[in-house]
Amino acid sequence: MTQTPHHTDVREFHPRARAAIADPKIRKNFRKAMDGLITKRKDAFEGWDLEALRDLGANIRLRALANLPDLLEQLEKKLSENGVKVHWAIDGDEACRIIRDICVARNAKTVIKGKSMVTEEMELNHYLDDHDIEALESDLGEYIVQLAGETPSHIIMPAIHKNTGEISELMHEKTGTDLSSDVEYLTASARHQLREKFMNADVGVSGVNFAVAETGTLCLVENEGNGRMTTTVPQCHIAVTGIEKVVGKLEDVAPLLALLTRSATGQHITTYFNMISGPRKPEELDGPEEVHLVLVDNGRSSIYQDDELLDTLRCIRCGACMNHCPVYTRVGGHTYGTTYPGPIGKILMPHLIGLDEGRHLPTASSLCGACGEVCPVKIPIPDLLVRLRQESVDGDKLNPAKVRGHGAKRGTLEAMVWKGWSWMHARPGVYRLGTKVASRLRRLQPGNLGGWTRYRTAPKLAARTLHERMKERSQ
Amino acid sequence: MNSRDIILQRLSERSGGKLHQPECDFSVLERPSSSVTERVEQFQKIIESVHGEVHRCTPESWIPQLSGILSSRGARNLLIPAAHQIGRALRDSGRDDLPELLIYDEPVTSWQAHLFNEVDASITSTRGGIAETGSLILWPTPDEPRLMSLVPPIHIAVLEASGLYTTFHEAMRVQNWKSGMPTNALLISGPSKTADIEQTLAYGVHGPKELIVLVIE
Ligand code: SF4
Repeated sequence: MTQTPHHTDVREFHPRARAAIADPKIRKNFRKAMDGLITKRKDAFEGWDLEALRDLGANIRLRALANLPDLLEQLEKKLSENGVKVHWAIDGDEACRIIRDICVARNAKTVIKGKSMVTEEMELNHYLDDHDIEALESDLGEYIVQLAGETPSHIIMPAIHKNTGEISELMHEKTGTDLSSDVEYLTASARHQLREKFMNADVGVSGVNFAVAETGTLCLVENEGNGRMTTTVPQCHIAVTGIEKVVGKLEDVAPLLALLTRSATGQHITTYFNMISGPRKPEELDGPEEVHLVLVDNGRSSIYQDDELLDTLRCIRCGACMNHCPVYTRVGGHTYGTTYPGPIGKILMPHLIGLDEGRHLPTASSLCGACGEVCPVKIPIPDLLVRLRQESVDGDKLNPAKVRGHGAKRGTLEAMVWKGWSWMHARPGVYRLGTKVASRLRRLQPGNLGGWTRYRTAPKLAARTLHERMKERSQ
Repeated sequence: MNSRDIILQRLSERSGGKLHQPECDFSVLERPSSSVTERVEQFQKIIESVHGEVHRCTPESWIPQLSGILSSRGARNLLIPAAHQIGRALRDSGRDDLPELLIYDEPVTSWQAHLFNEVDASITSTRGGIAETGSLILWPTPDEPRLMSLVPPIHIAVLEASGLYTTFHEAMRVQNWKSGMPTNALLISGPSKTADIEQTLAYGVHGPKELIVLVIE
């Protein structure tokens, strides 16, 4: 099986963006999908007091974050009482090791996976592959992306960058299905190919949408049934989640579910909402004998330290911000080179990978505000983008930088220019002289101002300075 | 210190100090009360919009209706609960127009291949439904294991009209779910589907291709 490749170099955002914009196929595939999703989301909220619902969603997430350490302990306690084994991982590597150790203890050779972004974050498939354990994705989109040896380009629709023709060719080449534009045929073929795998897999790995502390329940949202297969058929189920996904009460999931599915794909609800609270009991006839939960930090506890950046942890991974983002729609998910693309990726990834690598992400935005307006839990994404832009040039005096790799975008020349600028502006005599000289020498101004003039005409200096003109007027 | 303690310590000793806990107002989820008939109509409309099929029945008519549904699909067999009233009624019906009745009474490992390859349809009870989202509530039991509603290509669910709630929030509150959850609880809202290939809907990708609901009024 082809394995998901290691992530591409995040720093190469600009060349990838140029290539994507020049590729009409990418633009068409994304445009078509995103336009449809925007309409569907809008229709799905008809008749709802959307603002009140978003407030509730945001408050539930804030309340859960305010109690995060207690809720995690309560979740662990409840799950243990229910017979689920809970593990904690500081980073992706530790989480991978934990999962491998469970597989080794069970002598497991094959793993079937439900959709899970956190395992993409930690490149679990690669890790297992390196340790002679086969990991196969079972969500159709993820399966296609895995066959292609790629990473997901969207957190909800992983294969959205491909059209039917490309998928047909890929399946033909890798699995021997006939070339066909009949989506039903392609889907049925994948069903057939994966059924065997479900029956024979030793371990099932899934993500978690919400983990409920009150009852020790892991909730999973899906349409295909692959999530249910993955968590029911193999004798061992390992759920993996970021530590921020916990909520306090069972009733909290009702509004979050309503917001999640409608924001993501415009569905009132998904086909399956799966609530798992324990392994099979002795009298039960199916379900896994063993259930594990791996709680992954991987940078989240450091995001948690900062009052403003903490909002990032409210995210329920609906993908609405990418669907509505004019930049994402044009360049597609792979351009970002990060696990989470689009607006949420731009504010989340700089924490996880540091600003030295992720320096271009916060600037890949027109700051049009669409992401913040649709976010079901009201994450102020544009504000966070501005904050991270400041951090990437080392913040200012009022907001000293905190994010790892801050200042990565600060160029020596730019820094000198700004330093000179502030020096000059603090000295009225020098300022007046400087602007006067500049306006007299305006004909010498270069027409080419680097990046600025690539897409714009250069601004022209006025023949006389404002000070001179004001002086004339008052005479 | 192990990872657990490191993570918990970092979280509890947050450098920004304690966080404010906002009030959560759930009133936005409340809906005006409606009659059973209205709820059935809403349920039917929503679940049909996602390819579910609804048959309205009475306690007397559901078995003949079921028999018609199964024969129209050419189902060779039907997996039924052993102890639940539904299974008993079917076995006691004495009808010869029903397909072969199968019972799930041993651990799945001993008959997995048969279940995956040979069973055409299954019938389960439900713990109620949700009108607003067209959802069925299932809490699998030893009598009706989890895979019954997942593996066979046709899943038939029996829903008492009086067990329809308006919202998910209402259902979990009235049934007091928080006092104890089963190992696996489910909301099922239509047959298995995907839109992963160019946003084109296809049904029955991993779970049932057909979801048929018998609403008993
Ligand atoms: S940031 Fe908001 S809109 Fe974007 S994925 Fe997260 S919850 Fe959805």
